[in-house]
Amino acid sequence: MENAPLLQMPLLEMHGITKSFPGVLANDNVSFDVHAGEVHTLLGENGAGKSTLMKILFGLYKPDSGEIRLRGEVASITSPTSAIEQRVGMVHQHFMLVPTLTVAENVALGLPSNRGFRTDLDAVSERITEISDQYGLAVDPGIEIWKLSVGERQRVEIIKALYRDAELLVLDEPTAVLTPQEVDDLFVILRQMTADGTGIIFISHKLHEVLELSDRITVLRNGKVTGDTTPAETDRQQLAEMMVGREVKLAPDKPHVDLGLARLQLRSVSVKGDRGTIAVDDVSLDVHAGEIVGIAGVSGNGQRELAETIAGLRPAEAGSSVMIDDIDLTKANPAQSRAAGLSYVPEERMKDGAVGEFDITENLLLIDHGDAKFRKGPLFDFAKIREHSQRLVDQFSVKTPSLDTPTSSLSGGNIQKLIMARELDSRPSVILAAQPTRGVDIGAAEYIHSQLIEQRSIGVAIVMISEDLDEILGLADRIAVMFEGRIVDVVDRSVATREALGLAMAGG
Amino acid sequence: MSQFFTVSVLLATLATAIRFAVPYLLAALGETIGQRSGVLNLGVDGIMLLGGFGAYYTVLETQSHLAGIGVGIAVGLFMGIVYAYVTVFLHAEQGISGIGIFLFGLGFSDLLFQELVGTPKPIKPLPTLDKLPGVGGIFEPLIDIPVVGELLFDHNLLTYFALLLVPFVTWLLMKTTFGMNVRAVGENPQAADSLGVSVAKTRFIAILIGSSLAGLAGATLSLQLAIFQHNLTNGLGFIAVALVYFGAWQPRWVLAGALLYGLVTATRIRWQSLDIIPQSASDIAAMAPAIITILALVLLASRVRGPAALTKPFSRH
Repeated sequence: MENAPLLQMPLLEMHGITKSFPGVLANDNVSFDVHAGEVHTLLGENGAGKSTLMKILFGLYKPDSGEIRLRGEVASITSPTSAIEQRVGMVHQHFMLVPTLTVAENVALGLPSNRGFRTDLDAVSERITEISDQYGLAVDPGIEIWKLSVGERQRVEIIKALYRDAELLVLDEPTAVLTPQEVDDLFVILRQMTADGTGIIFISHKLHEVLELSDRITVLRNGKVTGDTTPAETDRQQLAEMMVGREVKLAPDKPHVDLGLARLQLRSVSVKGDRGTIAVDDVSLDVHAGEIVGIAGVSGNGQRELAETIAGLRPAEAGSSVMIDDIDLTKANPAQSRAAGLSYVPEERMKDGAVGEFDITENLLLIDHGDAKFRKGPLFDFAKIREHSQRLVDQFSVKTPSLDTPTSSLSGGNIQKLIMARELDSRPSVILAAQPTRGVDIGAAEYIHSQLIEQRSIGVAIVMISEDLDEILGLADRIAVMFEGRIVDVVDRSVATREALGLAMAGG
Repeated sequence: MSQFFTVSVLLATLATAIRFAVPYLLAALGETIGQRSGVLNLGVDGIMLLGGFGAYYTVLETQSHLAGIGVGIAVGLFMGIVYAYVTVFLHAEQGISGIGIFLFGLGFSDLLFQELVGTPKPIKPLPTLDKLPGVGGIFEPLIDIPVVGELLFDHNLLTYFALLLVPFVTWLLMKTTFGMNVRAVGENPQAADSLGVSVAKTRFIAILIGSSLAGLAGATLSLQLAIFQHNLTNGLGFIAVALVYFGAWQPRWVLAGALLYGLVTATRIRWQSLDIIPQSASDIAAMAPAIITILALVLLASRVRGPAALTKPFSRH
């Protein structure tokens, strides 16, 4: 090895990076490096400082102090363009693609015109095909992005970086939207890229993926590096504890509960999506008292539409039937569904679950504001209301400076706890929870899971829609897989495997 | 009614319709480019009024149509710089900024008119092809071609320019690098920014092209009518903005919409001059453009999707 000092020089070194925002120290003396040909994972909860560090690397933020070196030389990265020029590529979590433009146009964006006022898209397409062939990134350069699947869009993002000769590629939560099979395909591509000498920074919080793909792992918590390890030296439990800073339970304990009667009954439910095409196709499902049914599937396969229909937010087609405890809710509005005993924790918590500008008290009152116990004549009884809010905030350990804090200023986990507090306080018979812990820190997720399990123990029927297979496998008693609007498989948890579920999620 | 349905009257009406369509077309094509980049400019009508007055006053003083057109474009360009600075660099809300530009244009054009001109003085009309100095002789016989002669050749140069602009704008948007950038920043500015396309610069240029064309549209209107008066446009600029939606952000459909409005206006004026409809009813007929706009927007607006980032200011954080 002595004769190969160049190979040992890191591709990227970030030394003592510190970056503060008003009131927050986002990166506190963080050091991080990546060698050519390795996958170095950045692991951490939301707000741990991963995104800030990567935005600094990509020239979107300027660090307060610290130094970036590329190939051993001090680098000044002042904008995304200068990052790209220095052969740093980034695949953003939310794809940076223009849906109405073709693959070739998306790849060519930002490149100088090479034919007068025009960009030679034929040449671009040719080069895309070369890259596609080299790495097995099959995609048609002439097709518009909106026609592509999520997995194909991600390939376009990787091609964009490779087209610009990226030597260092940052992938921000690349597996969040993929099926397990697509994740396997992605990992094959990434390994081939590292074999060709590309350095990869992989950002994820899915621990088994991190352990599978990484050469090295750096863990961040509250802006500081709290762990620097390799998959051989660690395991899921230890990684989770490094992320959270205390002991965590990755697999919640589920007490035995005797199954009761079917409380939620769906019969031949068909629903049209926003585009007027059938999004939910003839779905029938019973959920019993004391049972958690997990609905697995890649998002966009009808889960959102199904949830909205159960909640009374989207009309079902003729012939469908939705019943809760023998009350027909097929044509119900949200108030009627709630009156029948449904609690709904929506997928988009800031859009459908809470009003960002409202304070804690107001959001906790959203479904009860008509209740006589909160009124004094025609007016609100604010003393009672605040007492009620304080009780819920304490009971569900919502961390907030005060009851008057605007909800949008809370963290994702605390907003979700707030919504859970409101929904569970209504003593539901059926809980419909969509992506209950997406974007939520491990501590809050743990708490939310324990609350769902407690509701299960007292005989509530729970439907949990989730894209996170770990969550489904950890909580559900039965698992239904949705693909293209249909429930393609229902299996008991005891016989479910990740592989079989993954296959079903991909329609296989 | 019968005197309307004669070949000569119908053809003359169609020829007039094309001429009336030109200001709509110029303003709406410019607005199409701006909206494709994600910027709605409700100030088009105000810019047209200022450009229209600038052109009128220049011709009144210099007798040069070319100078008038140049001033119209320059006024539009200047107003575009103001609007672009406010909306792109100061991230102001586009709707209300546009209304501000409109109100400024409405008031200031009238003030200038009152101060500098006072009572309306006609200017010399724009020459049609056959009246062009030097080359007019070539076109003179063409106008006498039966049926199509008047329709095709009895127009001023601005009409042909506006019609040629339709394929040009399509080419600009769909085939050039600039057009690709415009479409990208109108759909997903974050994506364009992440690849080093300057959202601000692209939008700035798109707004300037749009407002220059609005200035030219105003100049065309006052020069075609050979007059200026308070609120000459009478809301024409707003209809041009609606035409962009009507035309689903496609130049060829914007052209179709502009011709439709030209036809409605031409027919109304013809019916009025032929006494087919009484004066009182003609006021009602004058509402036709507004009614068509509302119907078209109700029927079409829900079906076509515009640029995703339209009216959304862009900043990185």
